[in-house]
Amino acid sequence: MPGSGHHLTDLSYYPGCSLESSARESNISLMEAAGILGLNLIELEDWNCCGSSSANILDKEIAFSLAVRNLSLAPPDRPLMVMCPRCLYHLREAHQRLSREPETLRAQERRWGRPISLDLSIIHFLEVLVRLGPARLKQGLVRNLNGLKFVPYYGCTLFRPPALRQGTYYQGELGNVLTMLGGVPLNKALTHRCCGSFLSAARADVVTPLVNEILASAVAVGAECLVTSCAMCQLNLEIRSTWEPRLPIFHFSEILALALGAEDYEGWFSRHLVDPRPLLAARNLIA
Amino acid sequence: MNPPVSALNLRGAATRIVFAEQDRFLARDIQRLSGANLSRCFHCRTCGNGCPFIRHMDYPPNGVIRLVQFGMRQQALESHTIWICVGCHTCSVQCPMGIDIAAIMATLRRLALEEGAMIAETNILDFHREVLHSIKQYGRAHKLGIMLRYKARVRQWFADLDVGLRMLAKRKMDLKASRVKAINEITRLFIPYWKR
Repeated sequence: MPGSGHHLTDLSYYPGCSLESSARESNISLMEAAGILGLNLIELEDWNCCGSSSANILDKEIAFSLAVRNLSLAPPDRPLMVMCPRCLYHLREAHQRLSREPETLRAQERRWGRPISLDLSIIHFLEVLVRLGPARLKQGLVRNLNGLKFVPYYGCTLFRPPALRQGTYYQGELGNVLTMLGGVPLNKALTHRCCGSFLSAARADVVTPLVNEILASAVAVGAECLVTSCAMCQLNLEIRSTWEPRLPIFHFSEILALALGAEDYEGWFSRHLVDPRPLLAARNLIA
Repeated sequence: MNPPVSALNLRGAATRIVFAEQDRFLARDIQRLSGANLSRCFHCRTCGNGCPFIRHMDYPPNGVIRLVQFGMRQQALESHTIWICVGCHTCSVQCPMGIDIAAIMATLRRLALEEGAMIAETNILDFHREVLHSIKQYGRAHKLGIMLRYKARVRQWFADLDVGLRMLAKRKMDLKASRVKAINEITRLFIPYWKR
């Protein structure tokens, strides 16, 4: 297996509610890709919801404590890797507040009965890939993406909120990684336009035109599919779009794992509401 | 009930506002609570230009800031805009004066809830309540449970039924909730400390 000669890098892994349920295909493909790259993802033991938009809107203090409980579960000696941009945002924001407010840190440590490390690094999967470097990715490449034309769709959260802006800047990395694997990124679409987020549940009438606008911009630049870094965006783009023809929407981890040679893709792609298999078969990426 | 102030949604004729009747500490309060310096706003309307949700708002983002600057507490807290805003931070990034407008919206939502203001978007609030209920119960968001309880609350069983069924067919919504084992650690958060 490619990459197996390398030293394993241990990372704590926080999946979050979406990757645990509606976006399980992203979770499975991520584990697959990480294994091939020689990363050892250790799921955070008994993690809970990061606080979410809803808890943050209704009760900031409960939301904060929810995020902090996860931090209290994370072993301090290895980075905490997060896949969902919104979870990353809430966990980092809580961590920053703990650094600013020593009395809050002490209160939270007493509440959970566990120490919380201020040095814990909370990073996104993209950052892990960038740190691994292009050589490791190229070495793992099994299925060249054959010029698959995609729009790297980041959504709104990955680097935009002030709390994330103090960290690493992820812009361009989706495209960079997939270019190395043979894909062709098309950047002149609405790559950062908000997908409508939770309004999808209560105000679908607001979300549908937004999602259609994003897809129309992708079609206009000649994209065959979109690759997203956010599970919620992926779901909204699939379920709320009325745009024809339907473009397949991939989780980033799926395309990555596919290129790295993962074989159990049937289980992921069959969970999509827009079947991506005809496109991938036409590109000779799957049988 | 407040009719929208047309002078502020920047369309119709001017409306007379009696400043003496407004809340003159509102701008100061919002500034302190949100950490965003809204007195820097000179109403260039860049925020509204970039906002993906502007068509569904009653006031553009800078319109809400204007309400706050004028001390029009009730109009600001009862606006649709603060609930339609999902906090995507597009406005915060584009603002030439570096005002975190999304933080202002979050602060106004919080005040609206705390003060029992009339909530303009009850469905959106109901959805948030169901998400929080699920977190309280399981420690995680259980989508099927959230959607079922939300539907029962708003009594719109047939709206979106097709999407729900397609998601179920693709097993995008699990019947059984994923749970936190130490759930007492979570539920304790929802009880006031003097009742624990």
